[in-house]
Amino acid sequence: MTLISAKGISVHHRNVSALQNVSLSLDAGEIVTIVGPNGSGKSTLLRVLIGAITPDTGTVTRAPDLRIGYVPQKLAIDPTLPMTVRRFLNLPRRISNADAENALTAAGAEHVSHQQMAALSGGQFQRVLLARAILSRPNLLILDEATQGLDQPGSANFYRQIDAVRQDLNCAVLMVSHELHVVMSASDRVICLNGHICCEGAPDVVSAAPAYRELFGSGTGGALALYRHDHDHHHDHDHA
Amino acid sequence: MLDDFMIRAALGAVGTATAAGLLGCFVVWRRMAYFGDATAHAAVLGVAMSLAFGTGVIWGVILVSVLVAVLIHTLSADAAPMETLLGVVSHGALAIGLVAVSLVPGQRVDLDAYLFGEVLTVTRTDLAVIWLGALAVALVIWRHWQALLTATLSPDLAYAAGVDPRREQLILTLLLALVVAVAIKVVGALLITALLIIPAATARSLTRTPEAMAVVAILIGTLCALGGLRAAIIFNTPVGPSIVCVATLLFTLATISRKLFSSGS
Repeated sequence: MTLISAKGISVHHRNVSALQNVSLSLDAGEIVTIVGPNGSGKSTLLRVLIGAITPDTGTVTRAPDLRIGYVPQKLAIDPTLPMTVRRFLNLPRRISNADAENALTAAGAEHVSHQQMAALSGGQFQRVLLARAILSRPNLLILDEATQGLDQPGSANFYRQIDAVRQDLNCAVLMVSHELHVVMSASDRVICLNGHICCEGAPDVVSAAPAYRELFGSGTGGALALYRHDHDHHHDHDHA
Repeated sequence: MLDDFMIRAALGAVGTATAAGLLGCFVVWRRMAYFGDATAHAAVLGVAMSLAFGTGVIWGVILVSVLVAVLIHTLSADAAPMETLLGVVSHGALAIGLVAVSLVPGQRVDLDAYLFGEVLTVTRTDLAVIWLGALAVALVIWRHWQALLTATLSPDLAYAAGVDPRREQLILTLLLALVVAVAIKVVGALLITALLIIPAATARSLTRTPEAMAVVAILIGTLCALGGLRAAIIFNTPVGPSIVCVATLLFTLATISRKLFSSGS
């Protein structure tokens, strides 16, 4: 069953094209990852899907029972706004203490309920965002580079947490990520975006696609080189 | 009881402080202080129009404040350099208002009353406007509290939750115009922003949740209103500036004591 689909989406920011003719659709329970370089329109696409941006052309169709849990890339809480974790979880709807504790536990952030959001570490903060996103028992979890600012063990832990949450809720997951090696192996489908969809498909198929290699392969001087790429063929020094 | 001008002044000041303290939290959280200035300054133009057309001052003030607020709201949609734009609207409106008042034929107008407030002359009608306005502000914020808070935290979180942050922003904008209309008689156009941000900023250092901050901001605003009124009588100083002086003093004390007695958060 299709949860959400976008057809022929184009978006311009101040006459600069951010997305051209992008179409995608997500089925229930699917894990889809969007990869692409900076400025490739990944966040723009997510914001179109959650309704924050009205595309210049194209349509977004949502299933009637679609419930989105959204974890933003970052959340800058103004220092003048006092906000405990517990109070934050009450947005946008008030919830019971039991639900709050359950969500925090599921997201791996126990015992922070009474802390100020501003006092949390980066990892705790992301887990609280995740806890808030799953409170509505979403059937689609959308994460926008949710591990930005976390160190490698931290983000690996966070992805394990997402996986646990997904198995618990049995929801679809749509995420944007830079951490290709982690998300590639966990995804059912990968969409490679660079203003338009360069290629998409199963992780194996995409990582072998020329368009993908052009974006992330050795041509980028190793900066974006794919972890998986290092393992799917033998290097010379192995034979030396 | 309402025959006593001091009672009327106190009621007027408390009503204004309540509305301003509550809305002021959002002004602080969303960094709308300059926005408040622009709306308040525009009110002087509203005064001029009311005098020219012989209507009650309140209507001109509400009309122009709403128009300017909506104008800024519309302009802010494409996120141009807002600060400069607000500066133009704010000071442009003030200057046009001052010139317009001087052009109104007939007797010289006591402009000071509108620039700095003159709460000692509030009438029963003024009181009704102030309290109805304050009630309306409190009621709308009460009904929209969760949505306003979500939109304040993050527009994207609001969209994902089915809340339109632009709509919530417009609601705040209109409430701001209403508070300006309510407050102009009490503190005057030039000091309305002070009554919005200082009690809220003082409440911030004393509270841990947005609700607590709103309640404390109202209480502090009320304290400033009564304290300022009292000080104005004792020292024979203008009421509006005296209220803001008390507010500034409380803010300074709260900030210093926080620095002394706590280690962050």
